[in-house]
Amino acid sequence: MSNPYPPREARIVERIQESSGLFTLRLQLTDSAMQGDYRFAPGQFNMLYLHGVGEVAISIVSDPSDEHLIDHTIRAVGRVTRGLEQLKAGERIGLRGPYGRGWPLSAAEGRDVVVVTGGLGCAPVVSVINYIARRRARFGHLNIVQGVKHSSDLIWRERYAEWRALPDTLVLLATDAGEPLWPWHIGRVTDLFDRLQFDPQRASVMMCGPEGMMRAVVNHMRAAGVADTDIWLSMERNMQCALGHCGHCQYGDKFICRDGPVFSFDQVAALFDVPGF
Amino acid sequence: MNQVLSYLPRPDLQVLIETLQAAGFHCVGPRVVDGAIGYGALDDAAQLPWGVTEMQAPGHYRLSDSDTPRCFAWANGPQALKPFLFAPRENLWTSRREADGGLHCDETLPEAMPLAVIGVRPCDLAALALHDQHFLRQAVSDPYYARRREALFLVAVNCTHPAATCFCVSTGDGPRATYGYDLALTELDDGYLVEAHSERGRAIAAVLPLAAEEEAQVAAADVALQQAADSQTRRLPGTHLQAPLFANLNHPRWDEVAERCLSCGNCTSVCPTCFCYSAHDQPTLAGDLVEHYREWDSCFTQGHSYIHGITLRAETAPRYRQWLTHKLGSWHAQYGRSGCVGCGRCIAWCPVGIDLTEEAAAICGEVAPA
Repeated sequence: MSNPYPPREARIVERIQESSGLFTLRLQLTDSAMQGDYRFAPGQFNMLYLHGVGEVAISIVSDPSDEHLIDHTIRAVGRVTRGLEQLKAGERIGLRGPYGRGWPLSAAEGRDVVVVTGGLGCAPVVSVINYIARRRARFGHLNIVQGVKHSSDLIWRERYAEWRALPDTLVLLATDAGEPLWPWHIGRVTDLFDRLQFDPQRASVMMCGPEGMMRAVVNHMRAAGVADTDIWLSMERNMQCALGHCGHCQYGDKFICRDGPVFSFDQVAALFDVPGF
Repeated sequence: MNQVLSYLPRPDLQVLIETLQAAGFHCVGPRVVDGAIGYGALDDAAQLPWGVTEMQAPGHYRLSDSDTPRCFAWANGPQALKPFLFAPRENLWTSRREADGGLHCDETLPEAMPLAVIGVRPCDLAALALHDQHFLRQAVSDPYYARRREALFLVAVNCTHPAATCFCVSTGDGPRATYGYDLALTELDDGYLVEAHSERGRAIAAVLPLAAEEEAQVAAADVALQQAADSQTRRLPGTHLQAPLFANLNHPRWDEVAERCLSCGNCTSVCPTCFCYSAHDQPTLAGDLVEHYREWDSCFTQGHSYIHGITLRAETAPRYRQWLTHKLGSWHAQYGRSGCVGCGRCIAWCPVGIDLTEEAAAICGEVAPA
């Protein structure tokens, strides 16, 4: 039996400061055979290990066809992520994964897609947008809605411009607190929903962000006639092992690390509004 | 159930220990440890808790001496088999930082010695089967648990002395062992009825100085086990509580029990099925070498529900609700049965005597059998 617990050595090929407290590490497993064999699906995550500090679950933002690099966009909020923030290109960390179930991208082919994110640079769905952007013809209307608390929190402005230039693609941005010259909406992301272009009967909705925001989006989508099984969200809970053993990420009878992190809404609906789960 | 019953006279209990040792097993069995029944190394049958009985009640556990000629005249101590397989704390791997900045993580699998445990209760066999499911029969197996599990020989002892806190009859896990053991003993006043349940068990039984059992001995064992079942007064309000528990997530009882609960985690520590653990790094002073270890965690701790700056279960009520809805509810969907085996440890070892059966009944009401 191979041991699933010890991480493998990975080298930081590049470090990108996205905004204050938000950075991207582009990683490569130092064992080239291992790097060559590494496969993942958008929405899956890795456990990153910082020597002497510990492990943390971080979603993968690169494209699955980029076989030579594994990208992680990380917000420095805890012990491990604040430590990772200090690292420079060339330094080595540990990596194991990928884990979990990703976005239903094959099932979404031929359908309209609505991607909604809230909060700071929501990495789990950036992988979805990049994936669809590269394979644009396979999908119907693409709607990208991003909400941020403060307009200065918006990262990747140039990427939004690129996405906006894609065929048949609508990009809507909203902020709770706008600064001068913020050209987009001030208010909630859901204020923008009557502008979306999608057929509720044949659309896949994919989102991540604060659960309160996701609840508002679910309500809007249900009212528009989207089935719960077509509304997908990425869940986060404490994870120590990512293998379904340590018990921390349990959400009712689900292990988020193994059964998720991406769920259709019907799978999590029972507990979604109950604080404490 | 084509088992051969045979009789082992009490003086020959020592032969069982020596036979297991000769077969290469390190023997452990019940010993009086710090005023409670615990497992300890067993070389001599005299080390067993002869004449010891116990009194258990909510928040109460006391041993006392009696004139019984028996050594299994008690229900259970604070720990089941759990620490033997799922170590309370163990290193998973070490991380070594090389001078050139390289990082090497090497597994630290335990050297598991063949272990024979004498005196395993049926409730604890049920808990072991659940941990086998959790650690060995999921998408990913746990090699640390697997190492120790492979090296285990189990001598069950059917339970003729349940405590007042026991309710294994209502969970279907006792008082008689029906699966998951190599040998099972039923203690009588002058000896033991022995059943073998595995090839290894039959091999050991074959070399024991067994006498043919008498009908009266078999009848006495049956009567004792029936009395043990009949004596249990506690019970869960149903065998399948997932639906009623999750239908009552806003029941006022959660807040009421939280007024009494200290959130100390004793219940999860003594529970034979609780499997949560947290992982930590322990660096040497020089910092080049790190031991990455895991240790038992509890859903009653502050850190258990921590996620990037937020504690999802900051108060006691949602913690107690997490524990009970998981133990008696979500386990059904996860592992096909309740996570409670009726051992009653969480009741006896709760410092304020919270009774899980009472809380479940208050929250669920009476539930029709599934």
